[in-house]
Amino acid sequence: MVEDHIQGNVATDAASPQYKFEVKNLSFYYGTFNALKNINMLLHEKQVTALIGPSGCGKSTFLRCFNRMHDLYPGNRYVGDIILYPDNVNILSRNVDPIEVRMRISMVFQKPNPFPKSIYENVAYGLRVRGVRQRAILDEKVEEALRGAALWDEVKDRMNNLAFKLSGGQQQRLCIARALATDPEMLLFDEPTSALDPIATASIEELITDLKKKITILIVTHSMQQAARVSDYTAYMYLGELIEFGVTDAIFIKPKNKQTEDYITGRVG
Amino acid sequence: MTPQFLAETSRPGRLGYSHRRHLRERFIETLLLLMAFVSVAITLAIVVMLVKESLVFFQQVPVWDFLTDTQWTPLFDNAHYGILPLISGTLVSSAVALLVAIPLGTIIAIYLSEFAPFAVREIAKPFLEMLGGVPTVVYGYFALLFVTPLLQKIFPELPGFSLLSAGLVMGIMIIPYVSSMSEDAMRAVPMHIREGSYAMGATRFQTAIRVVIPAAFSGIAAAYILGISRAVGETMVVAVAAGMQPNLTWNPMEPAATITSYIVQVSLGDLPHGSIGYQTIFAAGLTLFLLTLTFNIIGHILRKRYREVY
Repeated sequence: MVEDHIQGNVATDAASPQYKFEVKNLSFYYGTFNALKNINMLLHEKQVTALIGPSGCGKSTFLRCFNRMHDLYPGNRYVGDIILYPDNVNILSRNVDPIEVRMRISMVFQKPNPFPKSIYENVAYGLRVRGVRQRAILDEKVEEALRGAALWDEVKDRMNNLAFKLSGGQQQRLCIARALATDPEMLLFDEPTSALDPIATASIEELITDLKKKITILIVTHSMQQAARVSDYTAYMYLGELIEFGVTDAIFIKPKNKQTEDYITGRVG
Repeated sequence: MTPQFLAETSRPGRLGYSHRRHLRERFIETLLLLMAFVSVAITLAIVVMLVKESLVFFQQVPVWDFLTDTQWTPLFDNAHYGILPLISGTLVSSAVALLVAIPLGTIIAIYLSEFAPFAVREIAKPFLEMLGGVPTVVYGYFALLFVTPLLQKIFPELPGFSLLSAGLVMGIMIIPYVSSMSEDAMRAVPMHIREGSYAMGATRFQTAIRVVIPAAFSGIAAAYILGISRAVGETMVVAVAAGMQPNLTWNPMEPAATITSYIVQVSLGDLPHGSIGYQTIFAAGLTLFLLTLTFNIIGHILRKRYREVY
């Protein structure tokens, strides 16, 4: 499975399309509550797209559609498509197994959520779940992921320690390493720095900027400064609707929509 | 808080010290301490009584004989006081019970906590808890009159009383303790840890086995230890279905007595108080107490070592 996966990545590089995802007429329902309303947007490959908007606007709900997290709970319903390129497959389709989607799209959560395992096993988790057993491959991937998450130098001498012993910022970078270890095509960040101090936040932001060389990134953030710092594209959402979407600089300097302007300038939210 | 605000709640003009409030708090605190002390005192009283009465016994029977003699025949003319046959009976029946209760209880807990839809859980849990509410003597006769004949169809040489039959039924009896405590521990694992696993592409089963169980391990270990203590201390099932002949054996297909069933046998018999035969039950009781204490301490250590911070 891992081989397939790596080949998939190579193929992506060769084709090098401009867009990674196309969201078409996406609506989402928690039971009868309509949480997302007819969203249309394009996600650019190897770029950072930020989702901003006041609490409850649906940005996390939208993010969690990309790895089908909503499938874990009964009563949730998607309408519309999220087309993954170059496969040209609607990942929300009933014929697509959410587990297959999650195999290719990783996620980093708001609160660092390491597993009750050693640092090594935390990073190796995704590979173990995919049936990888060879120690050499695991060792190599774990090191690569930890280097990718700028954590290797801090933990290389204590790989067998429990992950809980790390600081909050280190735990979050560990979670990023865990997400990277399986060579995902996309990384979802759900307010990854809201539980961290400014220094840890800066290191995560630096990491995100670094990661976009290889991976498409979608990040939900409460902080407009963060969106401005890390993202190439920004989407402003309000009450389940996509109000404005465009190049980050344009959105922040010259928003077309009055609502976006009010939010960005701090009049709302 | 501003001084104006304080002035409204306290006497005007000064920051006083309310003796009444202080006394009332002290009174409540003392009352709670006394209540808590009652349970400690009862435990201590039991230990003191066991040790005191056992000392009478050990004045006549050397501790070494008690621990090494392979026969337990305190009521015979040629009396032997070796506790080993009772310990072997207790351990074998408990082992059989745990071989049933731990795997089944764990599987049920995994199912209820990680897989079962809400409706199924709401129906299954009361039924499981009912299993724990059946009087143990009923289980005893269930073992003797239903399970033993059933087992005899598979193993024709199985005697009418056996540790196997008693242990199996005891295992069924303990399942709810193991499963409900394990389930509570597993459900207490925060959702964001599970989501982390799902987000990595793990299935429900992988998440349960690789993430939820390790995260809930301290609680699950506590459930197992409680199950072991229940099995070791269980009385009626073994008294009814395992036979009451002390028998130094590790074979579950044989009849044997456990520490508890021996105590029942003697307590209900007509031995005169103060006789050496009567004193044996305190020595046996002390042994049982030490046995369960050991398991509880092991459980405590396991719990501390594997305690998880989420």
